[in-house]
Amino acid sequence: MKYAHLAQRVRECRSLLSQNRGFRIVTVVAAACAALLAVTALVPASAASPQAAIDLGIRQFAFAPQEITVAPGTKIVWINHDEAPHTVVSNDKSFASKGLDTDDKFEHTFEREGDFGYICSVHPFMTGVVHVRKQ
Amino acid sequence: MNTHPLSNDSEHRITRRQALGCLAHWMGAAVVWTLAGGVPRALGTTSTGTPMTAEANALTFVQISDTHIGFRKAANPDVVGSLRRAIAEINGMPQPPAFVVHTGDVSHLSKPEEFGEARELLRELRVDRVHTVPGEHDTIDDGVTGYLKFFDHDGNGRSWYSFDQSGVHFIGLNNVLNFKAGTMASLGDEQIAWLTRDLAQVRHSTPIVMLAHIPLWTLWEPWGWGTADAAQALALLRPFGSVTVLNGHIHQVLQKVEGNVALHTAMSLAYPLPAPGQAGIGEPGPVTVPADQLGKLLGTRQVTVVPGRHDLALIDTPLVT
Repeated sequence: MKYAHLAQRVRECRSLLSQNRGFRIVTVVAAACAALLAVTALVPASAASPQAAIDLGIRQFAFAPQEITVAPGTKIVWINHDEAPHTVVSNDKSFASKGLDTDDKFEHTFEREGDFGYICSVHPFMTGVVHVRKQ
Repeated sequence: MNTHPLSNDSEHRITRRQALGCLAHWMGAAVVWTLAGGVPRALGTTSTGTPMTAEANALTFVQISDTHIGFRKAANPDVVGSLRRAIAEINGMPQPPAFVVHTGDVSHLSKPEEFGEARELLRELRVDRVHTVPGEHDTIDDGVTGYLKFFDHDGNGRSWYSFDQSGVHFIGLNNVLNFKAGTMASLGDEQIAWLTRDLAQVRHSTPIVMLAHIPLWTLWEPWGWGTADAAQALALLRPFGSVTVLNGHIHQVLQKVEGNVALHTAMSLAYPLPAPGQAGIGEPGPVTVPADQLGKLLGTRQVTVVPGRHDLALIDTPLVT
C-alpha cells in the first residue's frame, strides 16, 4: 500500500508539472518529485542499512543480481562460484579486484551516492551496476 | 561475417569438414586437409600425424594453445601432464618443426609462478623458439605487464609482433585487452595502425600466417567469442593471396574460409569448452568429461606451408587416439 501511495504522489507531481503553474511551483514540485523518486528507488528488497554487508554471487559468467540498490556505507562482497576466474572492475576505475579464482572474494564499501557500473575484465560481456542512494 | 559457423547455408562444406574432423578425433586418426581456393580437400589420413605429402622444402611448425598452467579443477587436474604429453609428441616428430606457436592462455590466472612454470615447460620443446600471443587469462591483473616479463619476444615491450620465416610472414596479435563494457574485445586503433604499416612492407604474393588468441570471426557474441574490429584487420589482408589465421580461446577445432582468408581455431591442452552457444550449458566454462575421454578432446596442430602453394596443410591431432 505504501508503494501505491508513493506512486500516486508521483502521478500527482507529474500532473502539477504538466499544468505549468509557474516557475516557483514547478521548482518546488520537481524537487519533491526527485526526493520521492529517490525514495522509491530504494524500495526494492535489496536496499540495506549502511552497516550491512551484502554478498553478491558470480555464477555461470554473470553477476547475481546484475543490478542492486544500496545505501551509502554499504559493503558489497563478491564471491566467485565459477571454475573460471573473474574480476570486478568499475567502469570509472574507482575499484578493481585482482583475478578471483573459485571461492575467492572481493569487497568494496560504497561511501558516496551514484551509479557504479562494473564488468569482469576477463569476460567484458559480464556487466553489473550498483546504485548507491540515501534512504 | 557470419555470427555462427553452423548457421549459414553457404557453410555446408565447413560443417562437413567439422563432422569429419570430429570423426577423425574419435576414431583416432588425423585428417590431412589442404585448402585450395576455399575448397577443402582431404589428402588422406594418417595414424601417426605425418603429412602424406611432406616436401623437403616445406616449412612445418606446430600450434599449441590454451595450456592454462595453474588450472587444477576437475575438468583437468593435471594440465602440466597434458602439456608434457604434447611436448613429447612434438619432440618425437620425424621431421622436427621449425618452431612452435602458442595461441594464448599460457597461464590460468596470470600469476608470475604460472608464467615461470609455463616458460620452463616450453623450454622442454626441442625447437629453436616458441612464439606466443597473450590470452585473456594472461592479462588478468595488470594487462600484459606480467606476461611480457616472460614472453617479450622481440624486446619491444609489446605483445604484438611480426617476423619472416622461409618466405612466410608471421604476425602475432593481442586481441584480449582492448574493450568497452559489454562488448567483445578488439585489437584497437594502435594495433590496427601498426598492422597497416607492417603489411605495407609485405608483397601480396607472400603467404601470411596470423596468430591471435580470440577468433578473428564472430563465433558467439554473447560469450565474447569474437573480435569486435576483426573486419578491419581482415580488410587489410584482402590483397594477399594466402592468409591463414590461427586462433585459440574456444578449445575446439572450427574453421571458416572467407575468400582468401582461412581461419582456424585449435584444441586446448587444458580442458574442453562447450560448442558455441551450446544449448543447455549457458556459459563458456570448463566442461568435465570422463577421465578416459579428456585426452581425445585436447590436442595439437601441425601446419605445413609448401612454397608456391596458397593452401596450408593442417593436421589436428588429439593427445589420445
